[in-house]
Amino acid sequence: MSGGQSSQDRTPTANADVCVVGAGPAGALVADRLASAGHEVVVLEAGPRFDPEEREERMESHLRPGDDTPIWGMGGPRDAYSSSGERFYPLNAARVKGVGGSTLHWQGMVMRMHEQDFRLDSAVGVAEDWPIDYDDLQPYYAAAEAALGVAGASDNPFAPPREEPHPLPAFPPSHSDSLFADACEELGIATHSVPNARNSEPTDDAGACVGYGTCRPVCPSGAKYEATRHVDSAQRGGARVIDEVPVQRLEHDDAGDRVTAAVYVTPEGEEHRQKADEFVLAAGGVETPRLLLLSASEQYPDGLANRSGAVGRYFMDHLFAGVGGRLDERTRQKHVGFNTTESHQFYDREDASRGAIKLEFLNYAGPAPADIAMGADSFGDDLLGEIREGYGNHVAMGALVEQFPRAENRITLDRSRTDDHGNPVPEVIWSLDDRTRRTIERANEIQRAVLEELGADIEWVVGPDSTGPAYHHMGTTRMGTDPESSVVDADLRTHDLGNLTIAGSSVFVTGGAMNPTLTIAALALKAADAIDARL
Amino acid sequence: MRLTRRDALAALSAVGAAGVAGCSAPDTERPEDPKTTSERDAPELADDDLETLVALANVLYPSEVENVAEFVGAYVRPRVRDRPAHGRGLLDAIETLNEYAQTLEGERYAGLDAAAREELLTYMAVDTADPDPHGDDDERLRYYLVNDLLFGLYASPTGASLAGLENPPGYPGGTASYQQGPAVTDTRGNQRGPE
Repeated sequence: MSGGQSSQDRTPTANADVCVVGAGPAGALVADRLASAGHEVVVLEAGPRFDPEEREERMESHLRPGDDTPIWGMGGPRDAYSSSGERFYPLNAARVKGVGGSTLHWQGMVMRMHEQDFRLDSAVGVAEDWPIDYDDLQPYYAAAEAALGVAGASDNPFAPPREEPHPLPAFPPSHSDSLFADACEELGIATHSVPNARNSEPTDDAGACVGYGTCRPVCPSGAKYEATRHVDSAQRGGARVIDEVPVQRLEHDDAGDRVTAAVYVTPEGEEHRQKADEFVLAAGGVETPRLLLLSASEQYPDGLANRSGAVGRYFMDHLFAGVGGRLDERTRQKHVGFNTTESHQFYDREDASRGAIKLEFLNYAGPAPADIAMGADSFGDDLLGEIREGYGNHVAMGALVEQFPRAENRITLDRSRTDDHGNPVPEVIWSLDDRTRRTIERANEIQRAVLEELGADIEWVVGPDSTGPAYHHMGTTRMGTDPESSVVDADLRTHDLGNLTIAGSSVFVTGGAMNPTLTIAALALKAADAIDARL
Repeated sequence: MRLTRRDALAALSAVGAAGVAGCSAPDTERPEDPKTTSERDAPELADDDLETLVALANVLYPSEVENVAEFVGAYVRPRVRDRPAHGRGLLDAIETLNEYAQTLEGERYAGLDAAAREELLTYMAVDTADPDPHGDDDERLRYYLVNDLLFGLYASPTGASLAGLENPPGYPGGTASYQQGPAVTDTRGNQRGPE
């Protein structure tokens, strides 16, 4: 667990080899890898370094109604944004600014993308192929699983080829998983374990999961992977991490070939310029394109690294689809905050008619006893009766559903509003197309069939009209071989500026329906190797 | 069902006042840390305050719960001491509850009989109020008093087990129970988890 302090000295590092913007998983892994290779690394993080001792109070804020304090401090002028598409996008619920980034509040599900994900155009005539394929990324997936300490099993018949077992054994299935497994078997649906970035056994990094049950949005024990681990490792390797220094813009040389400095502001309002030989943008799928757009210059009036016009475009997220209900038997929910069974049977696309579907079987359906108690208007024995009625019989299935890239879904600048430093705020323009809606409907069909086979009374459905994003920001600085249509190359280096790398899910060409962090980590390690080779 | 000091410590671990953060199972004893300046300045729960809370807990908790006074004391005292801002809010709420009781019934809350204590909560609309630490009287009482006590009980393994959940959210009860099926059915037909 991180025990670091907030920065006291926020002046730039002299003679830095690498400047990393953002201390989430991508930035932390790049920084750690390059620091351990002997390079002088400085990390600039817009948010604070949170005190691990405050985790349990954050957990209480999450568990108890009435305290509207944001769990991780998101909101206010620093984080102002606009949402102007057909669908409102709750951006500040979707991200964390701070050392560790969004791994502070993530669920911790870490799957490899499928081979088909990297060649959708070739396979079914949709979107574009990535400039790399699964084979290129496979060794980095293995390295990423080792880095994140993934607990998993090789029992998934739909998963891409593996070279070795997961670093830690998978968490065993839950009681409700066994109920679902029987129903799925009747329907011919194969189920399997879930790779989790949380310790099923103690390691040198952290103890085993102790079942707090509040993984999202806070794990008090540190058993869930957080990027603070690699930030700390990078610091032990000599890297310097400066918190609460939002980068305002990147500057480039006269030729427009190289970034020369990242301009940042301290909490006291002092502006500094961090120079380096290589720059890595790892600020997430919204702030990364925003920073490039904010860095427009006379030479690059449409923003840095944006010769293609693709910066900010092709914004994608995964959509949630779900069905829930109740059984006439006990389902043993709410003991843990993570899932232990999924089905990837409906993942790969047979044709262009729908996107990928990843089915989840939830271990946390329905309310917990304390949830019911704190919202009830009865007390004493009546309240206990209400709790016994309300807890214990719930079941639910979720799904992540793919959204294909469309240029009109984008992150741009809202020049009518500014943040606390006078910069235009990010504007999220987001909508769903008919194919995505159909894919959500298909997920609901499967989920309904399973719950009906179980004998559940279905009580709720999250379908195309009520769906929401899974908070996976992808596509806004897409990877490709053609500088006219993409922002970064296969090594994640921008086509336009030779010393600027972008790490994170903004480089995804398509999003699949797998939680993206393992792929973010694998790509970050690949990018770090390329930077190391250039230094 | 008898609440124990261990239940209070378990509840404290769920709400972040017991100092059991980390990767191990919860201790049964709270470590005695050296007091800081802010802790020395922290509010303290007086005996009268505790009496009010126990009287309230006897309304909120089901009749099969025993040992309420000891549980409430063990749960609330360190919570008030170790989290001064929350503690002051809780003490203010106790004062407000007693002011209402005195004004409307001529007695401190703890001096009312059980029926009158519940009626006062209903009269004040605490039963239907949305919890809000910065809200009106009914909302503050709901947040600091009613929901503190309800969370203390039902986020503890013993309290949540009344409804069949022995490892409730916020309690580090390990990773074995989620794998186990329902074990026993008691005489009232309530499913309970493995002991």
